[in-house]
Amino acid sequence: MKVVLQNLTKRFQSRHKKGEIVTAVNNFNFEIPDGQLIGLLGPSGCGKSTTLNLISGLETPTEGRIFFGDEDVTELPPEERGVGLVFQNYALYPHLTVEENIIFPLQNLKGDKKMTKEAMHQKAVETAKLVQIDSLMERKPKELSGGQQQRVAIARALVKIPRVLLLDEPLSNLDARLRLQTREELRRIQRETGVTTIFVTHDQEEAMSISDLIIVMKDGAVHQIGKPQDVYDEPANLFVAQFLGTPQINVFSGEVRGEKLYIGEEAVLDVPGREDREVWVGIRPEGFIPDGNGPFTCNMDRVEVMGRDVSVVSTHPKMTGRCVRSIVSSENRFEPGQKTVRFRLKPYKVFLFDRESEERV
Amino acid sequence: MKKNNLKAWLYLLPAILFLGVFMVYPLIDVCVYSVEENYNFASQSFTGVGLGNFRFVLSDPYFVQALKNTFLIVAITVPLSTGFALLISLGLSSIKTLRNAFQTIYFLPYVTNTLAVGLVFMILFKKTAYSDGMVNLLINKLGGSSVDFIDGPYWAKMFVMCFYTIWIVMPFKILILTSALASVNQDYYKAAKVDGATNGRIFRKITLPMISPTVFYLIITGFIGAFKAYSDEVALFGTNLNAAGMNTIVGYVYDMLYGDSGGYPSYAAAAALILFAIVFTITYINLTFSKNKVQYM
Repeated sequence: MKVVLQNLTKRFQSRHKKGEIVTAVNNFNFEIPDGQLIGLLGPSGCGKSTTLNLISGLETPTEGRIFFGDEDVTELPPEERGVGLVFQNYALYPHLTVEENIIFPLQNLKGDKKMTKEAMHQKAVETAKLVQIDSLMERKPKELSGGQQQRVAIARALVKIPRVLLLDEPLSNLDARLRLQTREELRRIQRETGVTTIFVTHDQEEAMSISDLIIVMKDGAVHQIGKPQDVYDEPANLFVAQFLGTPQINVFSGEVRGEKLYIGEEAVLDVPGREDREVWVGIRPEGFIPDGNGPFTCNMDRVEVMGRDVSVVSTHPKMTGRCVRSIVSSENRFEPGQKTVRFRLKPYKVFLFDRESEERV
Repeated sequence: MKKNNLKAWLYLLPAILFLGVFMVYPLIDVCVYSVEENYNFASQSFTGVGLGNFRFVLSDPYFVQALKNTFLIVAITVPLSTGFALLISLGLSSIKTLRNAFQTIYFLPYVTNTLAVGLVFMILFKKTAYSDGMVNLLINKLGGSSVDFIDGPYWAKMFVMCFYTIWIVMPFKILILTSALASVNQDYYKAAKVDGATNGRIFRKITLPMISPTVFYLIITGFIGAFKAYSDEVALFGTNLNAAGMNTIVGYVYDMLYGDSGGYPSYAAAAALILFAIVFTITYINLTFSKNKVQYM
């Protein structure tokens, strides 16, 4: 099911200051293609969860419309939208067994959709098999591990065959190892069911690794939508560039003069066709090539060996962060006691942003 | 280690002494009194040891009346007060405006003096030479004839009694239930809403199981409290409860000890032990029955 958000806006009365209006979601416009896995990504408090609640119908938008396919669902209550929702804390009913939890949505069906006990059981087992918890049907949620609880929550959300599956920070309550496993699992389940799935996360790695599309949000506004690799390779602004990628992108204050990019007094890169201006220069850690004759000189701090790669930590007077981190092949050798290190830059790993608007130039 | 132990006992000593003198000794004494037949208060003598006191108490019409009254009060007020309290708490937790105001109003009876409340009820219900009371005025307005709620027929007195008891125990229950409802994670309701559950089903399948330990606690303490009813009866019907036919078991125990016809500690002790047996049995049944129904998370 295609999901379309049109001019979606949600304003709240501030909880802390009376009379102050908070805009949690600001004029959203986007279209989520059918059957894809979408990562809604942004720092905490950026309006991701509100967006999810708006799509699920738990909250009503101040302005704008929501469409599932061609149907306008803006006015529909959650139960009539046909959405499945997985909560961050799973919200499994603690007094019901796994099977009773999964069956719960089916028992609420009315009219000609009503199912027999037998049919419900069958459906529950089928869904449980999909998420591989069919051997735990008689357990209570507290007798399950975090990962298992989450599978139950996903099964409960899927059992009604929702038009859209929504997951709120699905992996944040799991430990690191389980998180890796579960995200693969999530990907598999989504592929098998083909349900349009939107999940909210603040973890860029998580979003990048499994999403078909990512939507980067900040302060209630969409900053960029695209395939993970595209967004990484072509960030629309400084925020997106900084938010995606570990280690973080290195940002310097620089200047374009005579079609050359200057960081400090060094002309580090040719930038043909660019007009003269002051800019922020973003360089991905993998954009550095150590070269004794390279144009870009940094003060060597230390080298961190990671086996396949080497992380060179250095400093530069024009940097904005605490250090400059570059990832280079371990074939490069560095002398102990080396005071400076010189780099060449890969042009496609260098991004220029406007000083004021921080938009890409 | 040993020294530490000694210190601990020293700390406990005041409490142990206090409990020993005011709890343990009287408890033992009650059991002793209850089996001393024909105990004479003045000469502190008795004729034999046996169950004669129990036989007397159980065949005493005043005790039977008190037993009947107590059971009626328990059977009527515990379910009704818990039910109403639940309804009101649900209402309170689903409104936003004026919630605090209503919470305060509902809590007022709890901090009001029992005897003051008794007086207010007198004004509402009592028939005097000057007035039939507010409630009768209302009944008259609706075309009915006056009923004497304080000195009249048994059902009328029992009605006032139960009304009063329910009103006086509700605030505490509302307070406890509202906080129990507030502690249920809102995500459960959201999840149930998305899953298409109706409000009735959400209440039966989610809210009620979630707050079941609290409801159960209120039922148990409600039973025990209602079995101990006495002061409320005095507030409404005066001290001569036997004459009013509104005595309770605790009232009977008190009368046997200190009332106008009192001075029989053996009978009082026997009646008290019977009350203990009843409360014990009912609580035991409650516990067994609720084992499968109450969800401790």
